[in-house]
Amino acid sequence: MSPSPFDLTSLLGYAPATDDAYLSVVSQGPGRKIATSLGLPAPVALRRHDPDTPAVPGPVLVLGAGSGTTTTPGSDPDADALAQHLLTRGFEVHRHGDGLRRVGAVVLCLTGLTELGGLSAPALELGGLLRSLAPGGRVITISRPADGVAAGGAASLPTAADDPAAGTAAGGAPFDVVDRNAARQGVVGFLRSVAQEMRGGATANGILVADGVAATAPSVLGGLDFLLSGRSAFVDGQFLVVGSDAGPEGLATAPQGETPLDQRVVVVTGAARGIGEQIARLLHAQGARVVPVDVPAAGQPLSELANQLGTASLPLDVTAPDAGTRILEHCKTRYGRIDGIVHNAGITRDKMLANMDESRFASVLAVNTEAPLRITRQLLADPAADGLRVVGLASTSGIAGNRGQTNYAASKAGIVGMVAALAPVLAERGGTANAVAPGFIETEMTAKIPMARRQVARRLNSLQQGGLPLDVAEAIAFLLSDAAAGISGQTLRVCGQNLVGA
Amino acid sequence: MSSEPTIQPASDPTAPRQLRSAWVVAGNRTPFARAGGPYASTSVQEMFTAALDGLVARTGIAGERLGAVAGGAVLKQPKAFNLVRESVLGSALDPQTPGIDVQQACATGMETTSLIANKIRCGQIDAGVAGGVDSASDAPIVVGEGLRKVLLQLNRAKTPKDKLKALAKLRPGDLAPVAPGVAEPRTGLSMGEHQALTTAQWGITRQAQDEIAANSHHNLAAAWDSGFFDDLVTPFRGLTKDNNLRPDTSVEKLGGLSPVFGKNLETDPTMTAGNSTPLTDGASAILLATAEWAEEHNLPKLAEIVDAETAAVDFVDGNEGLLMAPAYAAPRLLARNGLKLQDIDLVEIHEAFASTVLTILAAWEDADFCKVNLGLDEPVGVLDRSRLNVRGSSLAAGHPFAATGTRVVATLSKELKARAVAENRPVTGLISVCAAGGQGAVALLRAYPES
Repeated sequence: MSPSPFDLTSLLGYAPATDDAYLSVVSQGPGRKIATSLGLPAPVALRRHDPDTPAVPGPVLVLGAGSGTTTTPGSDPDADALAQHLLTRGFEVHRHGDGLRRVGAVVLCLTGLTELGGLSAPALELGGLLRSLAPGGRVITISRPADGVAAGGAASLPTAADDPAAGTAAGGAPFDVVDRNAARQGVVGFLRSVAQEMRGGATANGILVADGVAATAPSVLGGLDFLLSGRSAFVDGQFLVVGSDAGPEGLATAPQGETPLDQRVVVVTGAARGIGEQIARLLHAQGARVVPVDVPAAGQPLSELANQLGTASLPLDVTAPDAGTRILEHCKTRYGRIDGIVHNAGITRDKMLANMDESRFASVLAVNTEAPLRITRQLLADPAADGLRVVGLASTSGIAGNRGQTNYAASKAGIVGMVAALAPVLAERGGTANAVAPGFIETEMTAKIPMARRQVARRLNSLQQGGLPLDVAEAIAFLLSDAAAGISGQTLRVCGQNLVGA
Repeated sequence: MSSEPTIQPASDPTAPRQLRSAWVVAGNRTPFARAGGPYASTSVQEMFTAALDGLVARTGIAGERLGAVAGGAVLKQPKAFNLVRESVLGSALDPQTPGIDVQQACATGMETTSLIANKIRCGQIDAGVAGGVDSASDAPIVVGEGLRKVLLQLNRAKTPKDKLKALAKLRPGDLAPVAPGVAEPRTGLSMGEHQALTTAQWGITRQAQDEIAANSHHNLAAAWDSGFFDDLVTPFRGLTKDNNLRPDTSVEKLGGLSPVFGKNLETDPTMTAGNSTPLTDGASAILLATAEWAEEHNLPKLAEIVDAETAAVDFVDGNEGLLMAPAYAAPRLLARNGLKLQDIDLVEIHEAFASTVLTILAAWEDADFCKVNLGLDEPVGVLDRSRLNVRGSSLAAGHPFAATGTRVVATLSKELKARAVAENRPVTGLISVCAAGGQGAVALLRAYPES
């Protein structure tokens, strides 16, 4: 009677589909021809994770930096090592594009980049391959973060100053570090532009590996698995920032599989419906023991979800002063521990600031930011929270700002700040804190946006469509998993490269 | 999600069996709704299924096979003959869980509690659900006796001629439907009129009744406001809270209502819509289990079902009030357990009417009643009112007949446990529920500070 963990359709409650009628008309056939000839947006259905189809829709090409039009093995040790790991994973790996008519993914290893000019050759080589990139293909850069520049909302990482190699360089020829920093940040602008040129549901993302962390660190490989797969379908033009070597050694040989959260006790707030429900379902499908939390008033859908997942519901208001203590008590009583929490519960009370009243402003801050802060603080007061993985829900509104959402944007930007500062606190106890910032996601809430505005909002990203709650859930599941053990303090956007506030 | 079949042989099947303790581990109910409200078009089966599903979700036991689910409804359509089993089949429980329909009027929930607790105590089952449900909105309406006889004859008729013969007997008056009565079949009096007689007999004042009603609303409102019901109630059909609750009512406001019962008596009528329970829809359920089962499932042992007693009085030919049976049942239960009323920390007396509570309390204080009717040398005594219905009762919550018993058991169990932990001592509670037919069920619960 029990559904197989891989029966995604039944476990996730619905087949991944949207009510985006325009997308279904233009994604194929005559509709697509008409849209293309008129210069209209021509989105296609994205490639999403399916355990029965290959993780990548074709061969994987690994290119290195500064080695001319064809990358010769041996000239770039990081590229060689990455290629080897991908080969071990069973991919068809190539080191040059000659003769390849179809490419599933291009991994561009730029860790050795010391001056921006070195980007020309691999960039142009990639350019020559883009027409061969399969629908749903991937371009992924692996590079080092520039010092002093936040990457897509990411907190700055220890770089040149902490890097012994850079220290020598700085001692010998101080200006080399400046050249290198320009080159490193150049990769960011390059990748984000590549992402905007992708077609056919293909995406381009990067991994920034902190100086001192191996280019083949577990979370680089785990991040590569995530970005190559359909699990990152709506992540586009973004960077995963790997700040440590933490993570399981097993990632050297194989991805983490279908149930990376096996037996993990993970709390999801606001789980009764919408994105929260999808998060709970996906975490359950990935093996977690989910503790779905929602306000008592949402008890009926919360009960239905809990019973479908075979777990115990926890009806409580996250703004209650003792919410964190009660969550902790529940987890300790039922499971003897807590491994993660997804602060998903959130509300909007939109008004132009000139018309804003105190209750609208305060209630949004109370639910979206103050509750996660208070709950996390209460959880961390207990040793049972050692190793805790915290995931907050930010929003592209919190990064770029949004008219009529001063309260909401403040609350969501607050989450970006929260996870950045939590990261070092949790690092001492073996945990991580990250946030996911969704863009336009097809939910009950966005379905209420007037038709014309909704159609525009959907198209304002590189993938020209809204994301699904599942896409947000996939990013969260990744950040909760051991594959992301080396990623902390970061905010990952799941927005299809929203053109606003990139 | 079905649990694996397990048959475990007893370690020594010939050894005499010890009684085990039965524990309340969780409770859940729908918010109660005044009849004709949000649940007006909802069947008792849907409501009981919702109460079960909420309980299963609360405790995380989806797919588990339980020893039994016992429940029932006072107002039940003939097609719902297997109401509880059908509800189980529609719930998240393992479909291999048996269902038992029980009916003892308003004491149904108390009897199902007793039934499941006893099965556990005797070692027949390790865990089960007790509950009850009623809908005054979706009550069965039956055809009149004349039409019923014609239809039965029609069914037996073989030839067209016989069929016509049967139909010819039909008279227009036979077509009028018969609504369910709340009148006692043997006296023709409604429950309210019966209680009005008892109220007058004991000289219960209007003021005293309105105070009971106001307290009920204030206590229930405070419980809701403090989040007490967060883990005892699951919203249903858009209703998140008992909709009969009037937090801002007062003795003064209640004093303005016109009497509805006892208007033909010699004494002034005192019973109003404010100090009588309204017709209500709702369902409730509790999960009972052995200590071992609770521990295996990481569920708390809220309170032990220590003992139960049911009494019945002769309200037809004798001169006892219809709803006075608990006045007899409770002293018997207390005596059997070596307890006095004053040993009880919390008392729940179901407020069918405010005066039901007051006449029972008055009887216990009355030396004559206690000597003559109960055979006690000393009166049962005075109940400290601060121990009575501390989280509100039926006047405020409403009273879906069969659902009231397990509403009270769940509420009291949680409250007893909280006090046992806070005061670090065992805390004992007594429940009294009166029922039609001159019946009354009482139960003794006890919570301990240890988890």
